[in-house]
Order: sequence, then C-alpha cells, then structure tokens
Amino acid sequence: MKTIIEYQKLFKKGEPTPSDLLSSCLKKINPSLNAYITVTEELARKGLEKDIKGKLNGIPVAIKDNINIKGVPTTCASNVLKGFIPPFSATVIERIEKNGGVFIGKTNLDEFGMGSSTERSFYGPTRNPYDRAKVPGGSSGGSAVAVASGSAVISLGSDTGGSVRQPASYCGLVGLKPTYGRVSRYGLVAFASSLDQIGIIGRNAEDVGIMLEVIAGYDPKDSTSSKKELEDYGNLNKISKNIKIGLPEEYFEQIDDEVYSSVMEIKKALEKEGISFKSVSLPTTDYIIPTYQVISYAEASSNLARYDGVRYGLRRNGENFHDTIRKSRDEGFLPEVKRRILVGTFVLSSEAIAEYYERADLIRRLITQEFNEVFKEVDYLMTPATPTPAFPIGDRTDDPIRMHLSDRMTAGVNLAGIPAVVAPAGMIGKLPIGYQIIGKPFEEKGILSVVRLVEKIAPFKGFLKEVHDD
Amino acid sequence: MTDYKPTIGIEVHSQLKTATKLFCGCPVSFGVDANTNVCSVCLGLPGVLPSLNKKAVELAIKAGLALNCEIHTKSIFARKNYFYPDLPKGYQITQYRFPIATSGEILVEGKKIRIKRVHLEEESAKSMHEKDCSLIDYNRSGVPLIEIVTEPDIDSPEMAVAYLKKLQKILQSTGISGAVMAKGEFRCEPNISVSKEKGKLGTRTEVKNLNSFRAVKNSLTSEIKRQIGILEKGGIVEQATIHYSEKTEKTRVARLKEEASDYRYFPEPDLPPLLIDENRIREIEKGLEELPEEKTERYIELGLLGEDAITISNSKKTSKLFEETLKILNEPAEISKWLVRDYRSLNEPDISAEHLAEMIEMVLKGKISRNAGAEVLAEMVKTKKTPEQIVRQRNLSQISDSSALEQVVREVFEENPEELARLKAGENKLIGFFVGEVMKKTSGKADPKEVSRIVSEYEKKY
Repeated sequence: MKTIIEYQKLFKKGEPTPSDLLSSCLKKINPSLNAYITVTEELARKGLEKDIKGKLNGIPVAIKDNINIKGVPTTCASNVLKGFIPPFSATVIERIEKNGGVFIGKTNLDEFGMGSSTERSFYGPTRNPYDRAKVPGGSSGGSAVAVASGSAVISLGSDTGGSVRQPASYCGLVGLKPTYGRVSRYGLVAFASSLDQIGIIGRNAEDVGIMLEVIAGYDPKDSTSSKKELEDYGNLNKISKNIKIGLPEEYFEQIDDEVYSSVMEIKKALEKEGISFKSVSLPTTDYIIPTYQVISYAEASSNLARYDGVRYGLRRNGENFHDTIRKSRDEGFLPEVKRRILVGTFVLSSEAIAEYYERADLIRRLITQEFNEVFKEVDYLMTPATPTPAFPIGDRTDDPIRMHLSDRMTAGVNLAGIPAVVAPAGMIGKLPIGYQIIGKPFEEKGILSVVRLVEKIAPFKGFLKEVHDD
Repeated sequence: MTDYKPTIGIEVHSQLKTATKLFCGCPVSFGVDANTNVCSVCLGLPGVLPSLNKKAVELAIKAGLALNCEIHTKSIFARKNYFYPDLPKGYQITQYRFPIATSGEILVEGKKIRIKRVHLEEESAKSMHEKDCSLIDYNRSGVPLIEIVTEPDIDSPEMAVAYLKKLQKILQSTGISGAVMAKGEFRCEPNISVSKEKGKLGTRTEVKNLNSFRAVKNSLTSEIKRQIGILEKGGIVEQATIHYSEKTEKTRVARLKEEASDYRYFPEPDLPPLLIDENRIREIEKGLEELPEEKTERYIELGLLGEDAITISNSKKTSKLFEETLKILNEPAEISKWLVRDYRSLNEPDISAEHLAEMIEMVLKGKISRNAGAEVLAEMVKTKKTPEQIVRQRNLSQISDSSALEQVVREVFEENPEELARLKAGENKLIGFFVGEVMKKTSGKADPKEVSRIVSEYEKKY
C-alpha cells in the first residue's frame, strides 16, 4: 500500500491504473474480518469511468455505514433500517465524488455508532487484523479494518466519543476527529448531534490531511457547520520547533504500563527535535464518561425516535399505532441501543432532567472551559489514545461500564468540540497502540503536522509493514 | 350560578405565509395531491438536518411586533419528543424556554389582553383514517407555524371570540398569515377555569378541536356550564383535555392530565441559537406600518369623507396627529375637518394632539366659535400655549348668553331700519346680513347659531 500522492504519481505512469488498484483492493476484502456490510464494486467501477481528476483521483474509499450514499443501503448495522436505501448522498460523499474518489463499500459499525468494539452489529462483529480474537475498536471498526487490511486506501468514520480515534489506535492507523462544525454532518445518520463529527482513518497524516481538504468546509445544509476558512491540511512538512506540548496528568492515570512507555517514547523523540513538554492538569477528566453518557444517550433517545416502522425500515404490525411502533422498535434494535434509549429517555424526563441532563450540560461547559484554559499555557496536548491495546472479542459486551473505559481518553474532546488525532505509538506484543494529539478549535493542520513529524523521526518507523504492505 | 367567574387563556397556532417550509425548500401549498410536496428533510429520513427559513423568522418577528411584544435577539429551538405516525422524526422542532417574542398586549373592545409568548414551530403531517388502514399526507409536515399564547385575561366566551377575531385581523392585514380557519391556518385551543373567589383560579381544562368562532363560543359556554355543574354538586374539576362536538354542541373530557405525555424538551442540537440583529427588528417594524391606501380605507370606515381620508392618509404627519387626537376625542369627522381645512393650510406645523383635541372640544361645546377656534389653532402654533390660555388671554370666549345677544341684535335692527323692513316683508335671506352685523359687533365671539335664532324671533316683535 502506498500513499494517496504516490498513487496519483503511479497512475500517471499507468502502473498500476486506478482500475488495477480497485481490483487489488477488492481482492483484499477478507470476509472473515467482516469489515464490510455492503461492497459496492459496481458503484466504484462506475466512479472510475467518470475519470474525474481531483485530489482523490481513482482512490478507493471505504465509508462507514451510517453515512448515506445515494442508492446504496444505509443500515447503521441495525435491523431497524432493513431495506432502507437513501435517496440522497451525504455532503462528504458528494465532495469525495467531485474529487475523483470511488466508493468500495459500506463498513461495519456498532449499531448506530453505539459501542467501542464493533461487536454490537446486527451483521456480526468485525475482527482485528492484527489478532482476530481481538476487537478492532469501534464504533468505526469496519472503516479501520478496511484500511488496515488494505481493501481501502482511506476511509470515513464518525466520532461521537472516540469512534474514529479508538479503532485507529487498535489498528495502528491515523484517525482524525475534526473540530465540531469543520465537516458537514448532512447525510450522517445522527447518534448524538452535538457530539457527532465525521472523521477520517488513513495510513498516515498526509493522506488524512488530503481527505480533510476534500470534505471540510461550510455546508448550508448543516446549520452547525462552520464558515471558518480552510487550510492546506495535506501540506504538513513545516512545523515550528518552538511549540509547547502539554501532558495532562489525569490522562496518564488508569492506563497500562506499556501504553505509558509507548507514549513516552514519542515524547522523547519529539524532545530530541527541540519541542518542549509541560505537565498540565485537567481535573474534570473523571467527569468525562458520565457527562458523555448522559448527553449522548439523551440526544440518541430523540434522534432514534424516527425509527418507528411507519415510513421505511423494519415494520411489525401491531394492534394500533403505538403497538406497531413498539413491536417494530423492539425487534429492530439490539440490547445496547435499547439500553441507551431507555437511559436517555429517563435523563430527559421531567423528574430527572435537572439532576442529569442539565447538570451534564453544565459540566460539559466546565470541561470545555478547562481545555480553553490549558491551551493558554500550551499549544497542543499529548495523551495516550486508549488505556490498553485491543481487548478480546466478547470480553466487555456484558459490561457497559468497562466498555466505556476507553472513552475517558477521547470523549472529552467531543464534549469540548475540539479536534484531535490518534496515530501509532508502537506495538505491545502483536497489537498496535496509539497516542493522541489534541488541539485548539480549527487547529487540524497543527495536530496533523505533529503526527507528520513523529512519522519522520519515530524509531519504529514502518512497523505497520507486515499487515499493510503487499 | 352567576357568581362564578370564568377565566380564559387562548393558544393559537397560525400558519405563516411563506413560500417554503420551515426547515426545507419544499413548497407550502393547499389542495395539491398527497405527498407531492415532500423531501428527505420533511420526511425525517436518516441523515437529514434542518435549515431554518429566514422568511418564517421575519414573519414571527413581525407577529411579535404587531402584538406589541418584546423581540428576543437570542432564542433557542427545542425538541418536543413524542411518538405519533404523523410526526416523522419522533419529535417536533419548536421553541420552549426561550421563545422569539414575549410580553405583548393588544386591546380588545377596550380591554387589555396580555400576550405571554409567540414562538416558531413546525407543523406535523396529516393522518387520515380509512376503514381498514390509516394514511398519512406529509405535505403539511414542516410547514411553519407560530404559536401565540395569551395570559388568562379573557373573562367570557364573547371576549374570547372578540380576541380571536382581532388577532385574525392583525395577522391577515400584516401578511403574517392567511389565518383562514377552514384551511387550518388559524387554530385555537382555549383553556378555561371557573372560580367564585376573586383572585383565585379554578382548575383549568383545555378545549380542542375547534374549527369556527361559533364552536369557540359554544364550547366555552358549554364548558363553563359543565364546570359549574360539577362544582355546584360539590365535585372537583379535573385538569383535562376537552373535546367539543359540533353536532351536540357539548363538551366532554377526552383525556385526563395524568395520562398526558412527558415531552422531554431539550435544546435542538441541530440548530444553533437563533440570533436576530437589533437593526433587522427595527427594519421589520418599519415594514409593519400601514400603507396609505389601507389607512384611507380605514378612515372612510370611521366616517370620513373620501377626499379628506385620502388627504390625511397621504401625509404621515397629519395621519399620525389624526390617530393621536382620535384617541383623546372620539370625533373622527370633526377632527378630519380641522386637519384638512385649517391644519394643512398652516403647513402641518408641530402641535400636540392633546391641545388640538382640547380646542376642537371647546368649539363642539360652544365655548368658542369656529372662527375663534381657527384663531386658537394659529396661536397654538406660534406660541405653544394651551387653547385654554389663548382663549383667556385673547378673550375669545363665545357670547352665548341670550340676554347679552338680544341687546346687540336690537342695536343692529335700529341701525338698519331699511333692511329690517325688507326682512319683515319676508325677505328671509337678510337674516344672514343681520347675523354678520352682530358678529362684527361682537368681534366674532357670538355663537352664530344663537344669533340667527334671536334675529328670527325678534324681527316679529319689532
């Protein structure tokens, strides 16, 4: 596997042609990994026929199956959306098409993005290509595995509490969650609207930056998208060595020793380049998971109310309207989604809203404020991406509390609406592990530049070869 | 029975006159084929997001202004969550804690009705129940509405109807809403309670399903009876939703409060807070002013001559003075005469409505003559003194004391024996001559009508 820019050069020589690349990607789709819910070979071939010259000319892209592509089923890995084919494409899909990218398939996820392992899918679990007994992370596990196993050059996921970054960490990839509003959400099936952001999973910072150049920017169809000017996110080689990176103490608690030492290796390498580090504190870190749960479940309970069997998707007729809705939803959703809808409904109820939803909203503001304060002292923050490497399939499915553990590292960023990127920090045994760089709002170029620098200087450069390369 | 006092508040849902829906570009229209004006957004398909219709926001601001509300430069959309097949997203986008406008009032038959709030929200789809199935038409889904809520300031079914008629007229004349009840563009839900004790409110019920003003009046009358009936028997009125049947003209309990849903309102995360520029509010306020043609029409209804009505409405300054004076002195035709004949020939100077009303009232009561009135008006412009001061200082008070006038008439008769003889011979037009002479003698202070009466009576005695 090569980078997007390398492929663009090779395509000019015709070795390989975009069609050759697509064929080789299709060959690498391994059903036992279960990364895809729908493979869209025909759509990709048609895309190539258009021969559009753009930043993603001929690049096979995998799309998480909660982002609409017109005419292709969107399942959100849920039975409730059975048979639903969207009549419109997401804004990000239109932008990729305009830049010549082609869609190889729709990838597996935890139902509606609700999970950290891609096990809770109506279409079965996705497996980690480094160790098939392990989870790939989630909820964008399918998109991570598609890239890690070489069936796509790059992929899109969605990140509500870490759903792009945590699987990137478990699969040895670069995963970016942009600033809230940087990328249009139009056409992304909502889980928690105030936290959701479409993210990118790629092999390196530059590929991710190029994809961001393509998909970012204001969209009149998404009132929460930002008009802030864009940057050349793929151009990452210039970085000031005067930057200061903060290490938030709380993010180094409750993590595996090996994870700690991997992140410290990155720190050492950057220090050699003259970059300075400072220990900082984010005392609200312990409140991240409960706050995230209350807000995301509340919004989800409302966002998922539309799946009632009346207009599309699974329908089980009952005795009356409400019975039909009840039966359709009962059969349509898996237990974890039901659990979240129930809790979300409760925290918004008139008896509980002040104690739960409103309090969580207040703490969310404190968390945001704390990030703002710490960014007065440092330019970026560096943290582990996850407390541990990938865990075994089936290990946490009955334990929602443990399943949420990795959110402690990632969900604060969603609550604050700021950008963060996860990239490989090394291997722990057979499994990759990542570090995370967090930036101020709209500092995507900055955080990707730090990752680019690490790619150049890190002692383990090229460690992903065994899984990625032909 | 009679010592029970009803207390009524009313919620009105009115459809805004926009070309497109509140959150998508689908046309708003009435009477087209079912499910033809629909798109992914108003069908609530997975992945869609709302984009707010600016025109709807402007009309909501306009409504707030027309109802004398405070317009909030920041308001917030909220989701009202409940399951119903005609609600495609499982929630309605509305405004809850922070509506676009609050604290207004309008005058209805001299009584002030306070407006609690005006907020924007989207319409639901329309269900139709057939024999063996239910059908849904989503053409209506997402049509923009405003909800207008009063304080409980209405005290009778008649007043409720008067309020609704006035509100309907305001919404129609300002182009905010077609407000046609039969088209469902203007729907009212009154809430009502009765109580014997002054200042203490009873338990209220909410009346639904009212499709005409007649239904509003009859349902409230019936509901007042129903509630009093319960209380008289020593019962308790339960908080409930009431349905009114046009057929029986009676109200019945449809659903008790305990069965009501918990709507789990929370801020709509797909829409940022609605921020409105102060200048934009002022611009819309300007646009709310009545057009001259509309004013003319209204003035003619008040009893003004067509030409006068046009003259007054064509001048902003004169029409403003007219309206202000009319508030103090309910004599539209008189005020109009003074404005058209005298005020405008003085080049529309700045004068106060209070002083103008005071002067006209003096003339109408015969305290000063019309001529003296004109003099007072001219002096008011020059000196800014009150009419009363001017009349006193210039000794303009009219002589209407008949004995004093009789004396002057006698003098004039003696001075003009020839004319008197002709008058006596039946040449009645000479009455005018004598009246003129008397007016001259009294420097215009005499009441010409009175003088004319005396002249007619006295010529016989001489």
